[in-house]
Amino acid sequence: MFAAFDNFPALLIWLPLAGGLISFFIKSEKVARASAIVFSLLTMAVMMTSLFFSSSESFVYNQVSYVWLPNLGSSFGLILDGLTRVLCLLTALVFPMVFLLVPGNRYPNANRFYALMLLTQCGLMGVFMATDALVFYLFWELALIPVYFLASIWGGEKRIKATFKFFIYTFVGSLFLLIGILYMYLKTSNGSFSLVAFYNVKLSDVEQYWMFLLFFIAFAIKMPLFPLHTWQPEAYEQAPTPVTMVLSAVMVKMGLFGLLRWLLPLFPLAVKQFNTAIIVVIVVGMVYASLVAIYQDNIKKLIAYSSIAHIGLMAAGAFTLKAVALNGAVLQMFSHGINIMALWIVADLIETQTGITKISALGGIAKKAPKLTIFLVVAAFANIALPLTNAFVGEFMLFNGLYQFKPWIAAFAGLSIIFSAVYTLNMIKHVFYGEVVAAVEGYVDINKTQAMVLTVITGLILFVGIYPDPFFKMMYETVGLIVNRYVTI
Amino acid sequence: MNAIILSALWGVLMMYTGFATKNTRTVSVVATLGVLAVLVVNWMEYLGVSFFNIDTKGMLAYNGFGLIFNTVVLFSTLVYFLLSGREIEKSGKTPSDLYALIFFILSGISIIAGFKSLLMLFIGIEIISIPLYVLAGSDKSNLKSNEAALKYFLMGSFSTGIMLMGIAFLYGDAGTFYLEGINAGLGAISPMKAIGMVLLLASMSFKVSAAPFHFWTPDVYDGTPTVFTSFMATIVKSAGFFAFLKLFEAAFGKFQADWQVLMAVVATLTLVIGNITAVFQQSVKRMLSYSSIAQAGFMMLGVFAMNIFAKQGMILYFAAYSIATIGIFAVLSKFKDHSIDAFNGFAKKHPLVAFSMLICILSLAGIPLTAGFFAKYYMLLAVIKDGNFLWLAIVAILCAAVSVYYYFRVVQAMYFKEPNNEEVLEFSPSFRFILLGAAIIILVLGIHPDYLTGLL
Repeated sequence: MFAAFDNFPALLIWLPLAGGLISFFIKSEKVARASAIVFSLLTMAVMMTSLFFSSSESFVYNQVSYVWLPNLGSSFGLILDGLTRVLCLLTALVFPMVFLLVPGNRYPNANRFYALMLLTQCGLMGVFMATDALVFYLFWELALIPVYFLASIWGGEKRIKATFKFFIYTFVGSLFLLIGILYMYLKTSNGSFSLVAFYNVKLSDVEQYWMFLLFFIAFAIKMPLFPLHTWQPEAYEQAPTPVTMVLSAVMVKMGLFGLLRWLLPLFPLAVKQFNTAIIVVIVVGMVYASLVAIYQDNIKKLIAYSSIAHIGLMAAGAFTLKAVALNGAVLQMFSHGINIMALWIVADLIETQTGITKISALGGIAKKAPKLTIFLVVAAFANIALPLTNAFVGEFMLFNGLYQFKPWIAAFAGLSIIFSAVYTLNMIKHVFYGEVVAAVEGYVDINKTQAMVLTVITGLILFVGIYPDPFFKMMYETVGLIVNRYVTI
Repeated sequence: MNAIILSALWGVLMMYTGFATKNTRTVSVVATLGVLAVLVVNWMEYLGVSFFNIDTKGMLAYNGFGLIFNTVVLFSTLVYFLLSGREIEKSGKTPSDLYALIFFILSGISIIAGFKSLLMLFIGIEIISIPLYVLAGSDKSNLKSNEAALKYFLMGSFSTGIMLMGIAFLYGDAGTFYLEGINAGLGAISPMKAIGMVLLLASMSFKVSAAPFHFWTPDVYDGTPTVFTSFMATIVKSAGFFAFLKLFEAAFGKFQADWQVLMAVVATLTLVIGNITAVFQQSVKRMLSYSSIAQAGFMMLGVFAMNIFAKQGMILYFAAYSIATIGIFAVLSKFKDHSIDAFNGFAKKHPLVAFSMLICILSLAGIPLTAGFFAKYYMLLAVIKDGNFLWLAIVAILCAAVSVYYYFRVVQAMYFKEPNNEEVLEFSPSFRFILLGAAIIILVLGIHPDYLTGLL
């Protein structure tokens, strides 16, 4: 009976793909939206179902592999294990929320909009589940192309330039990744792209350093890590908000995921060699991004810089190689996705109603929209990682790992938490409290759909904050495998 | 052998169709049927059915690699005829002559597919080149076309001279024209052989427009009528690369260590010059000329590495590059204005043509799920496999990233900009259908490259 459920991973890819392709041929905007919602909800349902059909004795829950290019040593292999489940769950949650929030008439040629969004989801799912390096690479690129079109067609005024910068940056990174993958492939004993074959490759120190560099550049650009982050604020600002949500909630996790699934297990010697230096750079970048965020007067840019700081913390934690930090990083990947979603939703609601993104030009929304304010405050607390919110659990564990690694690094990184309180609370103060400015005179509070989505998000924030145990149960074995790679060397 | 004779005969037939009928459409149909027939007999030879058994004293011999190469080239020609037939009819008063010239070129390419001797190489290259000089100047009333033909002819003769001198040196050293004979012998490479080899490398680099022998390319490609530029930049270039690869494998394979560094330098220069210069072009046609140099740089990697991945990759590269470039040129030749701005808002006016063209462009840029990705994949694999030249692979990918910049400018114009072009373009249903077919072939090869590479 369980054998039938092994196809779960494949469904998570085929459903969005089918939905995306169908959507291209739908003429009516309403039908396109409905079909996108149905397909994304179906995907979510499959994901949810798969959570309950697993044997917890083995760390591999579902695995599926199709013959694809046997001559090239590549097979279409997918897996749902602890690590990928967390991320696939996040992906499956984010897309229906985005579709529900976007009004059907907001974008011209809505059918293409939904089609490209669903193709992005397909790409993301593939990246998270691939057990074959070539398949991983294909999906890695496949997730990028639809986003490029989405942001360039429906984005803001400077969209073409900003999106192109983002595209070129990531494309260069992924080409480095390709070289790395090809090199590893040629080193495998049986000419195979499978993850297992890659794990068994024996590389010399110098080779590991080179390979580490090639893989790391690709992942660092995607996350993005300081100093490769310059594409991000502009791209977030110029992309249409639904795309920004996907970008910041899920897509940047591709880089972190690559770190955990590919980089750390494959090149332990190189990681050991470089991790202190990398952590120091990342932490400097975190503090820098937090400082920049304080001086932002644009809500979107503020969220973008805050995201750089948060992602940096996860990457730094992962490089400490402490089990607690790695578990924390995986949980925080999920939590950060949810939190930043909430922040973007609020920023988008304000922008669509008032047309303003400048913090100094806003004020007093709390008086006009009390419901929205409640949700925002919860999300803001989560962004600062206050106890009882989801981010507290993850960031506490990450700091724990950093402290075990080097106390002074943890102390320095702690500055970014303090700064995050400064800029987040500052934003709330200026935008939601104070005098009611003219622009928000006619502000209307959230409607039912928006309230529903925000309730789900708030529920998740509190649930994970109070009872994160199911997540740890899900992932600790998979994360344990990464740590084990370092025990033996 | 089948293909050589049939295409030569069909070339003669094409000349007479000009007397038989004034209807240019009929001429095109006869030509398309002809290339289809050549394709079929060539494939039959691959399956072991040979209609002619001529003793060439071992100067021509066909193996699977050569026949598959020939099949790819002939198939590309078929696509080219189907997409650009109308344009060939419009250029010049007598399209039957132009078709005849193309068939003679195909005959030359078929010789290249099986040469075993330097004599045959020389004859093949000349049979390809001379009709091309005529095609370059086929728009007689256009000064640019005349200039292109003259330039091409002068530079081409010059490189032919260099090639002959190289062959003479090799003959002087080995006493034979046979490739195996040149590759034979023990010990290090002799000075005379080395000189001959370098001369051949230079002249072949000229034929495939590899730097630093590429200077003729942009002017000639730009001046030649667009429809023939398309043929020149794809099918003929593929033949040049096949000859290059085969010559260096069969005649100098043993001395790979001696010429590899030289080849790496040529590849690097070609990649860097082609890509960087293409960035500054405002005309799509000129951009494609430089892009063809850039793509030649990638194909040089195959000649450089010369292992099994390189051979498979070359075949895939020929198919991916030729079909995509023919598709883009076919659309471009409908435009009067060749600037990038002419494509503004193209996707809104002709969604299907724009989509097919998008696939072609993505393939040239090497985006996954298109044939172009796997073509580049094989080239990189071949270079990395070689061992000591990881830096060459890194140069190549950096150049590939640059290429995205100029290819995507066309995509941006087509999809993200508002139409500003009043020019009314007409695409017949059959044109749209065939272009979409070409795009689908690119996608299929992008998902299953082993349909083609598995044949080797």
